[in-house]
Amino acid sequence: MRWVNRHVRGSDRILLGALPIAVLAIIYLVVAADRHAANPADKILPLPGTMAHSMAALIFQPDVMSGQLVFWADTLASLERLGAGLGIATLMALVVGLALGVLPPIRATFSPLVTGIAVIPPIALLPILFIALGLGQTSKIALIVIGIAPVMIRDISAHVGALPREQIIKAQTLGASSWQVMIRVALPQAMPRLLHAMRLSLGPAWVFLISAEAIASDVGLGYRIFLVRRYLSMDVILPYVAWIALLAIAMDTLLVFLSRRLFPWAHGESH
Amino acid sequence: MSAILSLRDVWVEYGDRIVIEKLNLEIADRAFVSVIGPSGAGKSTFLRLILGQEAPTRGSIRLDDVPLKPECGPDRGVVFQRYSVFPHLSALRNTMLGIECAQAPFSARLFGAARRAARDEAAAMLHSVGLADSMHLYPAQMSGGMQQRLAIAQALVKRPRILLLDEPFGALDPGIRADMHTLIKSLWRDYALTIIMVTHDIREAFTLGTRVLALDKRRHDPHAPHRFGATAVYDLPLRNRIDVAADDITASDIATILEARA
Repeated sequence: MRWVNRHVRGSDRILLGALPIAVLAIIYLVVAADRHAANPADKILPLPGTMAHSMAALIFQPDVMSGQLVFWADTLASLERLGAGLGIATLMALVVGLALGVLPPIRATFSPLVTGIAVIPPIALLPILFIALGLGQTSKIALIVIGIAPVMIRDISAHVGALPREQIIKAQTLGASSWQVMIRVALPQAMPRLLHAMRLSLGPAWVFLISAEAIASDVGLGYRIFLVRRYLSMDVILPYVAWIALLAIAMDTLLVFLSRRLFPWAHGESH
Repeated sequence: MSAILSLRDVWVEYGDRIVIEKLNLEIADRAFVSVIGPSGAGKSTFLRLILGQEAPTRGSIRLDDVPLKPECGPDRGVVFQRYSVFPHLSALRNTMLGIECAQAPFSARLFGAARRAARDEAAAMLHSVGLADSMHLYPAQMSGGMQQRLAIAQALVKRPRILLLDEPFGALDPGIRADMHTLIKSLWRDYALTIIMVTHDIREAFTLGTRVLALDKRRHDPHAPHRFGATAVYDLPLRNRIDVAADDITASDIATILEARA
């Protein structure tokens, strides 16, 4: 049987998907155990026990300086920044993208500007943001927004602009004004695409968040990783990276679930 | 019967390409006009003109003796071959949209008693196109024929002066197409509609229409085919009146009419 025709069933799929991850984990454990046999104080590839011990301190014991549970304070701070950045960018994508996509005069006026901003590497703007907005929360959120909003705006406006012309004409023959075309025809059809754009933007948003936190911050997942790097604390860095990956997967899954739940019509015939 | 739509000396040109030249036409109230013609003979342009999607380069189009604005409006309903219904709305919501847009300029949504009234009206319209059992389906769950029924219901809810059909049954199976012919014929009678239908199917044009309009180029320059536009080369009134059943027209009738005119 050809490989293109070999479809994998549900339970087998989980098994197959887990296989490479398990193999990587085993390779790590073998190499780490090997290093520890040679040097019990090895810090580069910590064993799970060491990681659990270090993380337990961060998760359960209040920090002597700040009195906070460090791990949770970091998570909360990072999610706050990410959420604010992603939220503002999504709102901008919806409003600006919709207007650009539906209204030709707005598109003619603003699409060169959006394109221009989109091609600037956002990290190059970070110094400007730090100078203009200070080192606080605002500049970090602004970096995320500048980093992902233009791409999302262009995606939404392209999607709305590609709606069949027949639909727009039909809406007008039903008496719809420009505003009504926007809110009743374009907006609902842009929503599933918006959730999709959010999923795609999550990756870059994390990159900008960690970068901003690494450079100037006093709390946050990215800050912690770059802080403990000085002590070669791989036993903290690795669990933190895994935690970030887990958060990202959770958000992605949530967005897929929301899209299927809220916009069943956009996901094929079976609903 | 008086003319509700009149085109006087209408020309459509794109740069030096002439698509329609010197088109004069009067369309009577309650007529069912079939528009036929080869590809590229300006059938779609003709439809876009009446729809208001584009303005004539020269000449005038008047609807109910008022010059037509070059913009689509609720006085002209349309059903395209595809994409005429909104995929994100159920059949009922699709049909209600026209009522909602008129009554709620800002939110385009109705609430309470107004909503119930709109829903009842939309439901009645869906019933009359045969979709009474499918009101809560989304277009993706409907067959091509059902989607076209929905598109017709959606347009008729606005009680348009003219209903424009752009190859509405072109993508349907022959059996379904026959059902749709019966449907549009009875709707045309019951709602006293004026219909302009563009079609590729000559048989369809003659069985449904009370008048068949053939668009083509009268003159042809082989070295510059774009320099002459199309106009109405045949304009055949049929005896296909309301009281005559459509099925009475046979192929030999069509041949007789064509020979008589040629």
